[in-house]
Amino acid sequence: MALLGPNGAGKSTTIDMLLGLLPPDSGTVSVFGMKPADAIKVGAIGAMLQTGSLIRDLSVRELIDMMAALFPKPFTVDEVLNLTGIADIAGRRVQKLSGGQTQRVRFAIALVSNPDLLVLDEPTVGMDVESRHAFWTTMRRFTSSGKTVVFATHYLEEADTYADRIILMARGEVVADGPATEIKATVGTRTVRATLPGVDPAALEALPGVTHVETRGEAVILNCSDSDATIRALLPAYPQARDIEISGAGLEQAFLQLTGNGDVDE
Amino acid sequence: MSALVYARYELLRTFRNVRFFFFSLVFPLVMYFLIAGPNKNVHDLGHTAGFSGYFAPLYYMVSLAAWGAMMSVMAGGARISAERSVGWNRQLRLTPLTTRTYFRAKVLTSYVLALISIALLYLSGAMLGVRLPAEKWLQMTGLILVAAIPFAAIGIFLGHVMSIDSMGPALGGITALFAFLGGVWFPITGGGFFKVLAECLPSYWLVQAGRLGLGGGQVWGAKGWLCIAAWTVVFAFLAMKAYQRDTKRV
Repeated sequence: MALLGPNGAGKSTTIDMLLGLLPPDSGTVSVFGMKPADAIKVGAIGAMLQTGSLIRDLSVRELIDMMAALFPKPFTVDEVLNLTGIADIAGRRVQKLSGGQTQRVRFAIALVSNPDLLVLDEPTVGMDVESRHAFWTTMRRFTSSGKTVVFATHYLEEADTYADRIILMARGEVVADGPATEIKATVGTRTVRATLPGVDPAALEALPGVTHVETRGEAVILNCSDSDATIRALLPAYPQARDIEISGAGLEQAFLQLTGNGDVDE
Repeated sequence: MSALVYARYELLRTFRNVRFFFFSLVFPLVMYFLIAGPNKNVHDLGHTAGFSGYFAPLYYMVSLAAWGAMMSVMAGGARISAERSVGWNRQLRLTPLTTRTYFRAKVLTSYVLALISIALLYLSGAMLGVRLPAEKWLQMTGLILVAAIPFAAIGIFLGHVMSIDSMGPALGGITALFAFLGGVWFPITGGGFFKVLAECLPSYWLVQAGRLGLGGGQVWGAKGWLCIAAWTVVFAFLAMKAYQRDTKRV
């Protein structure tokens, strides 16, 4: 599940409350029917926070072993090392790791308790493309064993690609909740693109279902409220139209519309 | 079990931190040899009419042992603020680690360091000719370690309320103040306000513990035990509250 929203939307605050790091101003927080502190005590919830680094003077293996010792039903150190793909740096001192490696070790620490719910706040910040890919592969393997991952992100693409469910937040409130396709559909517009030289934009705008027309050289871009009706009218009227593409609104458009925020911080 | 593993790694980390190790253990030794070495044949340090004076290596040994123990346990706070500066405190909060286990590991680490520091100083003292009866060694060491407890609590408290930048000056200033008012550097003489004040400070009783080795000083009366207990309870409580409240993002 992705917790998506612009900076300042309340993602980290929500996560802090979920983990019991921050008491809610009003109401209560319940995780698996327990208070957050109790969920942590039984090792049901693991987390990787947005900020923070690692303590120095231990090797990666020792640090993970130290953290594992605190939990009631942890993975073995080797399981975690393999799961997160850091077995090759197990012997290295923590302070000698690169940024991406540190991030992966932090992830290993979040995972070591073998939690049912894994909460990740902006998990891939600072990872290079390769680490990021390896990271999401691990996530898939983890969720396929029946566990849940909640991650906060402001990368639209990540939420779109990897989340089964997206909760969109803006100014501290949930503005949409559902699969990515459903959230995109709430925007209710589609775009029709075609190569159609020398045509009058005003005539196109008169077609049924068209809300806005743009031309880019020989290409026309029609924003439609009812793309089916538009296409039915377009083809008989302009048989020379070719390279026709119909696309749904991107998550980005949905994001902008729903959060009512002009600047997406990407 | 988990508490043991955790404490073991805390110790391991401390011993691997070369700079910290050096300043906590080697530095007092170097100071000792620099000060006591040239005076190793002086047997009448601070003698006055009617008082034959101290054996210099013994005098410097007990002073540095008391001072070193206080510094070692307070320095535990500096390690805590360093950990907090990378958000480690929040990470620990996401584990079942209890406040008690956490504190125990921190205090244990500080005490192991303090003990090694004291032992090395005693060894150096013995090399320079210090000889004391067994019960003096034990009495002195035991009381120094007890008197260090409130300082361990103060260190942990400071570690949780100070940023890493302000920790250095804070530790330096506070230890200096405690040392000065408690008579670590200049003995508290006469009665008056400063004597009353000194008797309310744990550093005063730390000094008294060390002075047992000199044949002077006094085994603590009720006042001493009460003072140490009060400082310990107050700062252990404050440290616990500070730790539990300390969950902010860095």
